[in-house]
Amino acid sequence: MSDTSLSTLAAQLAAKQVSSRELAQTYLDRIAALNPSINAFITVDPEKTLLEAAAADALIAAGQAGPLTGVPIAHKDIFCTDGWLTTCGSKMLHNFVAPYDAHVIQRFKAAGMPSLGKTNMDEFAMGSSNETSYYGAVKNPWDTARVPGGSSGGAAACVAARMAPAATGTDTGGSIRQPAAFTGITGLKPTYGLVSRYGMIAFASSLDQAGPMAPSAEDCALLLNVMTGFDPNDSTSLERDKEDYTRDLGKPLTGLRVGLPREFFAEGLNNEVAAAVDAAVEELKKLGATTVEISLANSKLAIPVYYVLAPAEASSNLSRFDGVRYGYRAPDYASLDDMYCKTRAQGFGAEVKRRILIGAYVLSHGYYDAYYLQAQKIRRLIADDFNEAFKVCDVILGPTAPGTAFKLGEKSDDPVEMYLNDLYTIPANLAGLPGMSLPCGFDSQGLPIGLQLVGNYFSEAKMLNVAHQYQRATDWHTRQPEALQ
Amino acid sequence: MSLSPDDVKRIARLARIETSDAEAQATQAQLNTIFDLIATMQAVDTRGIAPMAHAQEVFQRLRDDAVTETDRHAAFQAIAPAVENGLYLVPKVIE
Repeated sequence: MSDTSLSTLAAQLAAKQVSSRELAQTYLDRIAALNPSINAFITVDPEKTLLEAAAADALIAAGQAGPLTGVPIAHKDIFCTDGWLTTCGSKMLHNFVAPYDAHVIQRFKAAGMPSLGKTNMDEFAMGSSNETSYYGAVKNPWDTARVPGGSSGGAAACVAARMAPAATGTDTGGSIRQPAAFTGITGLKPTYGLVSRYGMIAFASSLDQAGPMAPSAEDCALLLNVMTGFDPNDSTSLERDKEDYTRDLGKPLTGLRVGLPREFFAEGLNNEVAAAVDAAVEELKKLGATTVEISLANSKLAIPVYYVLAPAEASSNLSRFDGVRYGYRAPDYASLDDMYCKTRAQGFGAEVKRRILIGAYVLSHGYYDAYYLQAQKIRRLIADDFNEAFKVCDVILGPTAPGTAFKLGEKSDDPVEMYLNDLYTIPANLAGLPGMSLPCGFDSQGLPIGLQLVGNYFSEAKMLNVAHQYQRATDWHTRQPEALQ
Repeated sequence: MSLSPDDVKRIARLARIETSDAEAQATQAQLNTIFDLIATMQAVDTRGIAPMAHAQEVFQRLRDDAVTETDRHAAFQAIAPAVENGLYLVPKVIE
């Protein structure tokens, strides 16, 4: 497809060169054509989409349009959406039509952005390949024998295949950034607390954060303007003044100090990924940046810490799925307790059960101090490393993932091998820092490579400009899979 | 440390997930590889380090003691597996 940047689409809508209904229809047609082979969407409802688009057209006609009114967007199936199925990728919620909208959905609706549907994801956002979805794996648009990453794999794939101009995602340990890297798009996980978690089905509440996924950093800045804001319905929502995340776009990078953590360029990193990231560093230097070597010494402990904290929080959060108030209930049971046990045995997939069991174990009597408390203390050490690093640099740069998209089934039998994919992304979640991934090249097999930026708290506008300046100088983010043109 | 199949069944019981002996066997091996990974953090000296529960130093907000919710029980119960007279139906627990 030709230029689908949000600013271009918004300008076409404002100039009445295209209506929101026509635009939505174009994307719905593309979804109908491509989704059977990509499986990026769990739910598509053209009638609802076109009704929302017609409402956007009415706003435009009445002169009440906002910056993105009429531009369609796809939503990860983790967000509760009034009147639409919300499955979270699980059999447990195969029939769940939420009676309310998540705060993020409310904001996109208020901005007049029609929903193109609900995107596929790893079950309850637990996975790095999108293979744990009850609704089948998502295929990577660059090579359909490969995974798109996860857990926001459907969101990433639908943007990469231009089935949607943009999508929402969520990131607990890398679930926006790793799939963005694997599919050649841009994705941002904001500072924890900037985007409300209300109506976003909880996985690990102290880490979960929603963010935008789109081809470019400029698109992400526009989407972040819509998504962020205080919400009294989320007890961790931050009360801050509204920011314009596009405000820094266009500023030169002269004097920018880029921190390169030596631990992110060590053993385990694929050579082609390392070369592409090194080339990106050179590009940023040409744009006026300087580099400084930093150390995130405790980041190697991020995976073990994460696989204590996230399952612990998940085992508590997912106890609500009991077959009583909504979702799946086992057909046969002998007692209330039996109903709980059978409903959860049948409703959850293998990876979700594994993580619930890990969580139940590390929180159980006699193990709490050795696991949960120890993990929380090391979490502090990991956050402290970042605080030290930001005394000498403005933004931290490294690879998003240790490799490029792997083959479907390649890692699905080995949980630990799968977990190692999030080696570079998890530290930012533990510290609560903003992180983003942007395309910085391709490997010899033609698969996209992702560059990660991690910024200090609330430095999204600055990070987005670093990415934007890089994207003005390069064209990786404009590349599209040839087979799907 | 290493989990036995009985440990797995005990945890599954705590988590209210029905687990057969065969499933417990298969799960045991996978959980043990994960706990081997987790064990690497035990070597770290964390004496004197304050646990970090949350990314931001936040405290609970208090709101005015006023009714803000509307009664939406019909909408909430419309999606429940079994409801009667405004009540969720579950198997009998008290004779």
